[in-house]
Amino acid sequence: MSQPIVPQKTYVMVFLGLIGLTILTTGVAFIDLGPFNTVAALAIAFSKMLLVVLFFMGVRHSSGLVRIILVAGFFWLALLIAFTMSDYRTRSWTPAPDSWSSSAPPTHP
Amino acid sequence: MSTATLEPRVHAPRNYLNADYGWKSWLFTLDHKRIALLYMVSVSFFFIIGGSFAVLMRIHLVEPQGALVQPETYNKLFTLHGIVMIFFFLIPSIPAVLGNFLVPLMVGARDLAFPKLNLLSWYIYIVGGMFTLYSAIAGGVDTGWTFYTPYSSTYSNTQVTAVAIGVFITGFSSILTGLNFIVTIHKMRAPGLTWFRMPLFLWAMYATSIIMVLGTPVLAITLFLLALEHLFHVGIFSPALGGDPLLFQHLFWFYSHPAVYIMILPAMGVVSEIIACFARKRIFGYKIIAFSSVAIAVLGFLVWGHHMFVTGQSVYAGLIFSMLSFLVAIPSAIKVFNWTSTLYKGSISYEAPMLYALGFIGLFTMGGLTGLFLASLATDVHLNGTYFIVAHFHYIMVGGAVMGYLGGIHFWWPKISGRKYPDMWARIGAVIIFIGFNLTFFPQFILGYLGMPRRYAFYPAEFQVLNVMSSAGATVLGVGYMIPLIYLIWSMRYGPISEPNPWGATGLEWKTASPPPTENFAQIPVVTEEAYAYAPEEAAGD
Ligand code: HEM
Ligand SMILES: [Cu+2]
Repeated sequence: MSQPIVPQKTYVMVFLGLIGLTILTTGVAFIDLGPFNTVAALAIAFSKMLLVVLFFMGVRHSSGLVRIILVAGFFWLALLIAFTMSDYRTRSWTPAPDSWSSSAPPTHP
Repeated sequence: MSTATLEPRVHAPRNYLNADYGWKSWLFTLDHKRIALLYMVSVSFFFIIGGSFAVLMRIHLVEPQGALVQPETYNKLFTLHGIVMIFFFLIPSIPAVLGNFLVPLMVGARDLAFPKLNLLSWYIYIVGGMFTLYSAIAGGVDTGWTFYTPYSSTYSNTQVTAVAIGVFITGFSSILTGLNFIVTIHKMRAPGLTWFRMPLFLWAMYATSIIMVLGTPVLAITLFLLALEHLFHVGIFSPALGGDPLLFQHLFWFYSHPAVYIMILPAMGVVSEIIACFARKRIFGYKIIAFSSVAIAVLGFLVWGHHMFVTGQSVYAGLIFSMLSFLVAIPSAIKVFNWTSTLYKGSISYEAPMLYALGFIGLFTMGGLTGLFLASLATDVHLNGTYFIVAHFHYIMVGGAVMGYLGGIHFWWPKISGRKYPDMWARIGAVIIFIGFNLTFFPQFILGYLGMPRRYAFYPAEFQVLNVMSSAGATVLGVGYMIPLIYLIWSMRYGPISEPNPWGATGLEWKTASPPPTENFAQIPVVTEEAYAYAPEEAAGD
């Protein structure tokens, strides 16, 4: 239970880091990276999330139980995304009768 | 549960009911037992509202062309019935009433881990409920409890947003309850109460809490996105705005299939307690039952696509979801077999709680097995969208969860109120409910198989006989529910005083006074034996 006292400076640094990353997100939005637009945005978001979780939420110093619960949250999100994608990624595989194929292009290739 | 019924008796020892008087002592209480009673009154209120909608529907369906209301009104009736019954009655029923009351008592603690969050959860629930009732008065909603897009986001001109906000808000109360239970069960077990000495009700509440905490946020996000699209035309679900309607179903069922286990797992926990007590035996296969609750909680998250077999979901995803649905039936079956094996050579007595528990086993089994018909890709094409589905989930949610709730209320009533109810009336009530239930819902299996679609205000004349049977059954069922309502209220004032442990049951909740004192135990108990030490040769202590 007892957590080490974190110096205020750490929190200020993390805060500044978060602000910096927010500015970066905005900046990157003005540059066209092609397919990497999403990758860049998600990578920045992910680092911000890590900062919040590890420092502000204090998970750096938390017990194993708290960490398991945290990981479970992400794992469940992964389940949601993975099984949903199992639909989107395979919808166009469905062999449709010839008469159907001319109509519309597959929505989710 | 008004305070007027709780007159102090001259020699009444202090307990949580007579510890304090006046409405403030209830509305600002932090005592988990009082909060449980607040929930009991409120879920009963919503049960009556939801039940009235059902009665109106069944009256309407007595005649093929509809006997009572306009089709638009009918659509609103089944929508509000579903929303009220699922989000405002069944999901909170056992966890927030019996769970709130019993979890601290069963772990041997003085309260839940976060009493203030517990009270907050009730207030959140009430605010959400008020939103929903407001919208019912202000015009209703006609999307079905599933809020499917694009109808809900684009076409329906009813109070979709208000209801979605109501359900959204109420979700937080369920998250807080789940969080409270998880922390309490992890951190506050009495000395000696190891995980495998816990009553199975606690395992069930633990598994339920996992679902509440991990699943409910997804529902909240989904409804939030729905409101966003409805109000600000952000394209998420509506094809016209570049969204995908099926995405809504994915997100919705990611919560709502697990939510059906929020409703049934607690009832399974109640049944485990009752069966062991009235067969006077240690439960058969304790560990397997405990693990099967957790397995259901986890596997239950991976089957949601079985609600989407005919919606245009990929057949390959359908294959996976179908297979996983068959897998999730295994832990449920394990429980049924274990309860039955517990009965074997038990000294069974048919008190009212036991009648409810036995009813649960039979009805849940029928509901679960018909789920397999629906989980098969080919048969679902025929049965999807028909009354077969209505029958399937009512067998589970009413035949299962409501029977479990009533069984639990009867089992722990002497503990909650300190009084007894008339035994004969209770048994008569349980039997009437069982008969009324089957008369209402069994014909619906046949109707659905014959092709009668659900959610229609009219039907072909050839279906009338079965529909009239169903409506007649609903009347019997309604009378059945009135009986416990009447004698339980009666018993709060006039019921004979109960001894602390009228059933001779095991478990820490029975080791303290009835009703328990505010602090639950004078001294925190020390647990020295397994759960369900009923049979003499197994009872180590006594
Ligand atoms: C254990 C508790 C259960 C509850 C409370 C429950 C409840 C429900 C509900 C409410 C629906 C209808 C949803 C709607 O369209 O409005 C439903 C449909 C369905 N249930 Fe269950 N169910 C349970 C167990 C099962 C099991 C064990 C299976 C199969 C392994 C199953 C398979 C299905 C399927 C496949 C559907 C969709 C049918 C269709 O839309 O064609 N259910 N269930
Ligand atoms: Cu399901």
